[in-house]
Amino acid sequence: MDLKKEKITIVIAGLIIGVIAAALVFFGNPVNMGFCIACFLRDTAGALGLHRAGAVQYIRPEIIGLVLGSFAMALAKKEFSARGGSAPLTRFVLGFFVMIGCLMFLGCPFRMILRLAGGDLNALLGLAGFVAGILVGVVFLNRGYSLGRTFKQPVLEGAAFPAVQVVMLVLLVAAPAFIFFSEAGAGPGALHAPILISLIAGLVVGALAQRTRLCMVGGIRDMALFRESKLLLGFVAIFASALICNLILSAVTGQAYFTLGFEGQPVAHTDGVWNFLGMLLAGFGCVLLGGCPLRQLVLAGEGNSDSAVAVLGLVAGAAFAHNFGLASSGTGSTPAGQVAVIIGIAVVAVIACVNTFRKNA
Amino acid sequence: MVIVDARGLSCPEPVVMTRKAMADKQARYQVLVDNLASRENVTRYAQHQGYTVQTEEKGGEYTLTLTKT
Repeated sequence: MDLKKEKITIVIAGLIIGVIAAALVFFGNPVNMGFCIACFLRDTAGALGLHRAGAVQYIRPEIIGLVLGSFAMALAKKEFSARGGSAPLTRFVLGFFVMIGCLMFLGCPFRMILRLAGGDLNALLGLAGFVAGILVGVVFLNRGYSLGRTFKQPVLEGAAFPAVQVVMLVLLVAAPAFIFFSEAGAGPGALHAPILISLIAGLVVGALAQRTRLCMVGGIRDMALFRESKLLLGFVAIFASALICNLILSAVTGQAYFTLGFEGQPVAHTDGVWNFLGMLLAGFGCVLLGGCPLRQLVLAGEGNSDSAVAVLGLVAGAAFAHNFGLASSGTGSTPAGQVAVIIGIAVVAVIACVNTFRKNA
Repeated sequence: MVIVDARGLSCPEPVVMTRKAMADKQARYQVLVDNLASRENVTRYAQHQGYTVQTEEKGGEYTLTLTKT
């Protein structure tokens, strides 16, 4: 319980997670995409046919593992608790627009760190936007922003989301004809580590993230709110560890795990303004949700059905983004995506205002 | 004694509420939370502010008693 021990634990967890993220690329995931919650939910949405972008369709075992790893750890530590009822539809909408922001940038906050660790300097603009979005969210938190209380729910309500992950695993392994798989060479969806490795990686990271409360948004948020550095240390440890692993892998394999610069980065574009605004939207939305997409998956595994609804919002956002051409690609952002990000920032700002000033009125 | 009821709320809200309550610098506060992450975060924050924290658990709810040292 003491703070020093908590900090050492989260640094060790961060270092392990960085190694796992780099290793997943070695085993077949796209470069700088050992983990990306936004990309992986998007791929899973595609595999289910919720969008038809052939380049990004694959049920990602990492997602299944993250939820089930958190679920198992929460059960073992007697922390599993079915809860929900705190503004679920608002959380769905927030999740939806967080995804729109992430797919503008091409990555969730987790992948942003991994992109930085791979030398992708475009992610610096993403990071600047992310910090800006979080700081805007913190202003509302300080003025009393809240989505209201959660309440105890029947066990099924909390266990349903982990159960759905088991179904997803069956669908992935059985691969029935109605599940979509990106064809070899079609794009990022076709690049993946073997199922078992991805699954185990997800399980380990899910369990570690559950224990340490790791959250990419929480690190910067808590620093701004309380000068509390614990979660930020986890963030920094992942970066350091993934960076070192990328440099080692580059040296050993002769392949490009680390390339410093803006141009030609894997699954990224150089449109700085929109990298900034995309992550501003993601950071702002995530503060209002109470955590980054990774944290939402982990909380959903602990039985929080509000977080499960936020994840469904992320999935819906991904499907929408690819059905209507809102998602960026390696060639840049799209005009429709730019409009969607601006709408998203406006909607998130309205949600922030309504849930901050309503009670004081 | 000032009681902060943060049950059903998730971080960082319980800490924000505790900090707000602490503005009037009383010697003792009681904070009610119902999840471990909130318990850890409020405890950590209170200790930073120079309070000792006593925790009682009952049916998944935690009563944190903060006393200025």
